[in-house]
Amino acid sequence: MSALAWQQHLLLLPVIVPLLTGALLIPVNEKHHQRKYAANLLSTLILLGCALALFNLSDKEYWPSGIGVYLAANWSAPYGIALVADRLAALMLMLTAVLALAVLVFSASRWSRIGVHFHSLFQFLLMGLNGAFLTNDLFNLFVFFEVMLAASYGLVLHGYNVDRIRAGMQYITVNLVASFLFLIGVALIYATAGTLNISDLGARAGALGHDELSLLKIGAGILALAFLTKSAMWPLGFWLPTTYAAASPPVAAMLVLMTKVGVYAMLRVWLQVFPESGGPLAGFGYTALFYGGLLTILFGGVGMLASQTPGRIAGYGAIVSSGTLLAVIGHGQPDLIAAGLFYMLGSTLATAAFMLLIEFIERIRTPGASLLAVTMEAFAIDEKPEEPVGVGIPGTLAFLGLAFAACAMVITGLPPLSGFIAKFSLFHALLNPVSGEPGLQAWALMGLVIAAGLAGIISLMRFGVRTFWAAGTVVPPRLQLSELAPVAALLLLCVGLTVLAGPVTDYLQRAADSLHQPGRYIERVLGEPVVPAPGANGERQ
Amino acid sequence: MEAAIAITIGIVFGSGIWLVLRPRTFQVITGLLLMSYAVNLFIFVMGRLWIDKIPLTLAPGTPDPTQHADPLSQALVLTAIVIGFATTALYLVMMIGARGLTGTDHVDAEEEEDE
Repeated sequence: MSALAWQQHLLLLPVIVPLLTGALLIPVNEKHHQRKYAANLLSTLILLGCALALFNLSDKEYWPSGIGVYLAANWSAPYGIALVADRLAALMLMLTAVLALAVLVFSASRWSRIGVHFHSLFQFLLMGLNGAFLTNDLFNLFVFFEVMLAASYGLVLHGYNVDRIRAGMQYITVNLVASFLFLIGVALIYATAGTLNISDLGARAGALGHDELSLLKIGAGILALAFLTKSAMWPLGFWLPTTYAAASPPVAAMLVLMTKVGVYAMLRVWLQVFPESGGPLAGFGYTALFYGGLLTILFGGVGMLASQTPGRIAGYGAIVSSGTLLAVIGHGQPDLIAAGLFYMLGSTLATAAFMLLIEFIERIRTPGASLLAVTMEAFAIDEKPEEPVGVGIPGTLAFLGLAFAACAMVITGLPPLSGFIAKFSLFHALLNPVSGEPGLQAWALMGLVIAAGLAGIISLMRFGVRTFWAAGTVVPPRLQLSELAPVAALLLLCVGLTVLAGPVTDYLQRAADSLHQPGRYIERVLGEPVVPAPGANGERQ
Repeated sequence: MEAAIAITIGIVFGSGIWLVLRPRTFQVITGLLLMSYAVNLFIFVMGRLWIDKIPLTLAPGTPDPTQHADPLSQALVLTAIVIGFATTALYLVMMIGARGLTGTDHVDAEEEEDE
């Protein structure tokens, strides 16, 4: 074989396509926003196609164990950067692409036009997210985190006004400091283990001496602080509600996904380097993660009760969901991970839909006021995005009410939507551990998840009643179809998750199983052959 | 030498933390800069402290790893410097924007009452 099969290159596309699209869009003047939008849409559709293909390839075991490896620049594994696509990475890529598509269509009519370079920043954000999901190298993970964060700094400020500046300043400072911690952690890990490849690290960690092991643990702990800041674990998550509430709705919807990147990185690094059982590093940090997760749920629940504005309610909702996920990982029970992933899918989609919905709700409350931004003057954008002209969709208000109820049901885990199934399977796994009776930890987790759900119901009901029922004469807001459709699509996906819960859970179970076999990753990543140089008869130094 | 380097990094990083916790944006950005210097130094010395080691170049023959300093941590620190520089520049832009919009350089974008 003289070249890679085309399927192999699919691993690189999710990084390359948004990078090129974003870069090419920078010199295009904002006057051509329709064309920019079209390019952005095309790129996002390509990403969706790519994610679907990878999803299929890894689940059909096109690669051994369903783990595809791409050696960047043809360097063999521990020396170069390896991209790895397994079932979980493919799933996250798909979630990113779906969410991006919805957000993009939503922002087409108004939000993408109130500032400059929305489309480029959006593509760079996608590049960072996809790269972080695919990479198997710690330093490369740092680089993709930074790409993602730099784009998100720009997007949080998109359409900037005083609120966004204030929130953005804190958001940027917190994340810059977290990046320094990330670097310190990575440097310590490199100094002790001599490698940055996550699989190689897992393979070498067992052979380290006692002193080096303790340094490695310190390094990994500092690294975890950086991940946990992104996933807003208490007490590292105070930046989150303010930022989410201040960001423009489409950006806030994408930020919901960014908290999941921290959780994903924890899952990937921890399960490979510190498996739940076996080896001298087994079980390191799980207890801290579990109790941290519990406190995060508590913090998020109390925060939801105390919030009045929808943006903050959604922000605390995102904190509850990350807390639940962290506690699930920290509980260290292999069959719990699949249920946790199912929970993550539903809650991400519903929280993002809620973020978009907030825009409509704001229009009910203060028609036309949500768009006041100084950017338009600052950048001398002449053409104002038209105020939404009512296309006379019948029953707009009924739709809003129903969509709100659906979001609330998924977020709080009420039947019949996917949130309920997710919580049910979580509890099922917690109540039926592999050996013995459910311990105190399991009961504590279940109690807190239920309590946070209750807090969510109270808070969302209070808000819903005030907005839809007790607001006196409600003027139906003027909405455009391109704004309604994405919200409806995201919620339909939640319904789809409910209907197809069986196959989805099976898939997630397979994804979780392979995560719990770090040996397979080590074998696949380190064993991936390089492409032989032409004319070298397969020999290569 | 190890102790001197360690103490230096500690002092620089500590000063950075103190400055980041201050209320003015200029202090915060100075703190971020100091922290990034400390982190860069830290990454650099994680390749171990060597004296009189030659750099890795394209000399003929197979290089003897024991004769060279670790090139990877040097590559890492370069990347980290570039990224740190870019994000700090971005923060600076943000700072100027905030100053222009709110008329104050307080990190909360409003003056405290009793100052």
